[in-house]
Amino acid sequence: MKKEFIVTVYSENHIGLLARITIMFTRRKINIESLTVSESAIKGIFKFTIVIQETEAQVKKVVGQLEKQIDILKAFYHTNDEMVYQEIALYKVPIEPIYESDDIENMVRNAGARILEITKNYVVIEKTGHKEETQALFEELNKFKVMQFIRSGRVAITRDPIERLSEFLKERDALLDSMD
Amino acid sequence: MTAKKVTGSQALILSLLEEGVDTIFGYPGGAIMPVYDALYDFDQNVKHILTRHEQGAIHGAQGYARVTGKPGVCFATSGPGATNLMTGIADAMIDSTPLVCITGQVASPLLGTDAFQESDIVGMSITVTKWNYQVTTPEEIPEAIAQAFYIANSGRPGPVLIDLTKDAQFGELDFEYKKCTKIRSYLPETPVDPHQVKAAAELIDAAKKPLLLFGHGIIIGRAEEELKAFVEKTGIPAAWTIMGLSALPTDHPQNVGMLGMHGNYGPNLLTNEADLIIAVGMRFDDRVTGKVSEYAKKAKIIHLEIDPAEVDKIVKTDVRVVGDAKKSLKMLTANVKENQHSEWLGEFNKCMAIEKEKVIDKDLHPTKPGLTMGEVIRLASEKTNHDAILVTDVGQHQMVAQRYFKFKTSRSNVTSGGLGTMGFCLPASMGAQLGAPDRTIIAVIGDGGFQMTIQELGTIAQNKLPVKIIVLNNNFLGMVRQWQQLFFDKRYSFTELQNPDFIMIGKGFGIEGHKVEKREDLDAGVQKMIDHDGPYLLEVVIEKEDNVFPMVPTGASVSDVLLEP
Repeated sequence: MKKEFIVTVYSENHIGLLARITIMFTRRKINIESLTVSESAIKGIFKFTIVIQETEAQVKKVVGQLEKQIDILKAFYHTNDEMVYQEIALYKVPIEPIYESDDIENMVRNAGARILEITKNYVVIEKTGHKEETQALFEELNKFKVMQFIRSGRVAITRDPIERLSEFLKERDALLDSMD
Repeated sequence: MTAKKVTGSQALILSLLEEGVDTIFGYPGGAIMPVYDALYDFDQNVKHILTRHEQGAIHGAQGYARVTGKPGVCFATSGPGATNLMTGIADAMIDSTPLVCITGQVASPLLGTDAFQESDIVGMSITVTKWNYQVTTPEEIPEAIAQAFYIANSGRPGPVLIDLTKDAQFGELDFEYKKCTKIRSYLPETPVDPHQVKAAAELIDAAKKPLLLFGHGIIIGRAEEELKAFVEKTGIPAAWTIMGLSALPTDHPQNVGMLGMHGNYGPNLLTNEADLIIAVGMRFDDRVTGKVSEYAKKAKIIHLEIDPAEVDKIVKTDVRVVGDAKKSLKMLTANVKENQHSEWLGEFNKCMAIEKEKVIDKDLHPTKPGLTMGEVIRLASEKTNHDAILVTDVGQHQMVAQRYFKFKTSRSNVTSGGLGTMGFCLPASMGAQLGAPDRTIIAVIGDGGFQMTIQELGTIAQNKLPVKIIVLNNNFLGMVRQWQQLFFDKRYSFTELQNPDFIMIGKGFGIEGHKVEKREDLDAGVQKMIDHDGPYLLEVVIEKEDNVFPMVPTGASVSDVLLEP
């Protein structure tokens, strides 16, 4: 049965690696629902967070094939409940209908959102949360006719008490040293 | 070593020499001209083989790599030169062949501008390379080459592509070379886990009907002696994939033959009787397993494999032993009890007797007038004392050659197994000859595949490579025709060929040859080919509509193997 998985990939910072990673999914016709890339806590090591809908058996194989890529240090996969995750959404809403409504304060307050910018034409509101939550705020704000809406890819952190990457790096260094 | 000022191109050649490269296959062109200019000064140190097409260069490099175990090296220019390498790179990827491919690229300021002969070869080759990298400054060259060789031939080998922009070739650097011995993000092999070995040994000792399947991993890992020691201690019958062929001598009493679609009757039928499968250095290709859901259902599975991504990919294993086959087999042999499985082995012999009567006798000792592929191939094997290197193309002749050519020495079977690349044989045979100059090379090709890379006859002639070429001519794309006959109501859609006079073509290239059409001329014909000093082309006209059997039809279980239509 297909369900949502979060695949995290730790890699060296090399040009072309993004294509090498995404192609591992596309060759199996797996659609990437969200993708974020940034430098990890360890300098020089980049972290890819990829959200897909797949069966666990398929995800396992993709993760195995990802790890085989020369510039990839390690790949993991998790279900949503194994991770704490967030996405960030921005909403650009026209100013006129907001002036004429009493709801905006409650909407922003209840959603834990915040206002980033106000001009004479529009307001930019920001909210972080799970997709359902950012989507719910969109539905609410859309009564003012949202002018622009954007949601980021997912960022996620494991609930695991062990920092798996640093453990992994230690083991890897020891292994490589033992090969000499 | 003190640094000295050289150009990027010189640095490339010096780096290759540091890696012990003695042969390069290639084809020049605009974006790689500085490299060829540098090469001009090194013709005493390294042999460059100018092929007639870049596809010839890459298959040549593959043939060289397969018989030597060293990375094959090839050069091509940017754009079409580079894209022409692609089929061979894909072939090397799926058959785990170490290659270092160097492509020229337009100068870095022109990248992305659709410049003349620009193609994004690094982007294009992502899925078919183990690693690829674009070099845009001369200083990067030595390290990139060092990493390329390390990656190509460590762990599970594969092709690496280095794309060199023209300005990187022209620019200067202080040359210093240091071999690569490790890369943080790359673990070529996992140390073998002794607990897994113990678990495997327990299953092996308890098994009543164990069957060992061996593949390319034995040859790549140079584990032939360890394989032999293991099968002899345990008494377990051993069957091979075509990539594993020649790792165990054909006449070894426990060698029960070939697995898969056109493999032997016993190994296919009895896979589904076995209570234990020990797979070593093979990856359960669909041509080997047939219908996976009905594959080896009575058996527990032990998988010895260097690439962890292959374990559980197709067949769920009970015990996984990840690591180098040479090490894992040695450990396994030390942990198992001495044993014999004569009765179980006897079942394979019974199957062989049935196959002999139904298939093999008809192939090797035909009573009908038309020549069979089998009799030609067995004769060539006998006349070379079963000690030649066999290079094959793809199709019926390939399957027949795997079945009937015999081997005494490992690393003697060169074929395109995973990708099934027609046109592979002729250029691969010249690479094999260059890699093994003292061995006899028998290149067996169908009339279809021969015409895909026939121009390499020119390379063979120019370099006086004494390859013995046997073209088995049935004026058909035989394997496709066989399938059309069996599964498409004999609708022979575009499989019949009007062929040229191959012997005259050979002569045009300066290669001697002759054509055999009758059985009484075959023996003398093959003898003449082998005795000839230099390359030789023997065309044998064979029965037009012969089929290869046994056969596991696509989608059928291995135990549904057919001995006749």
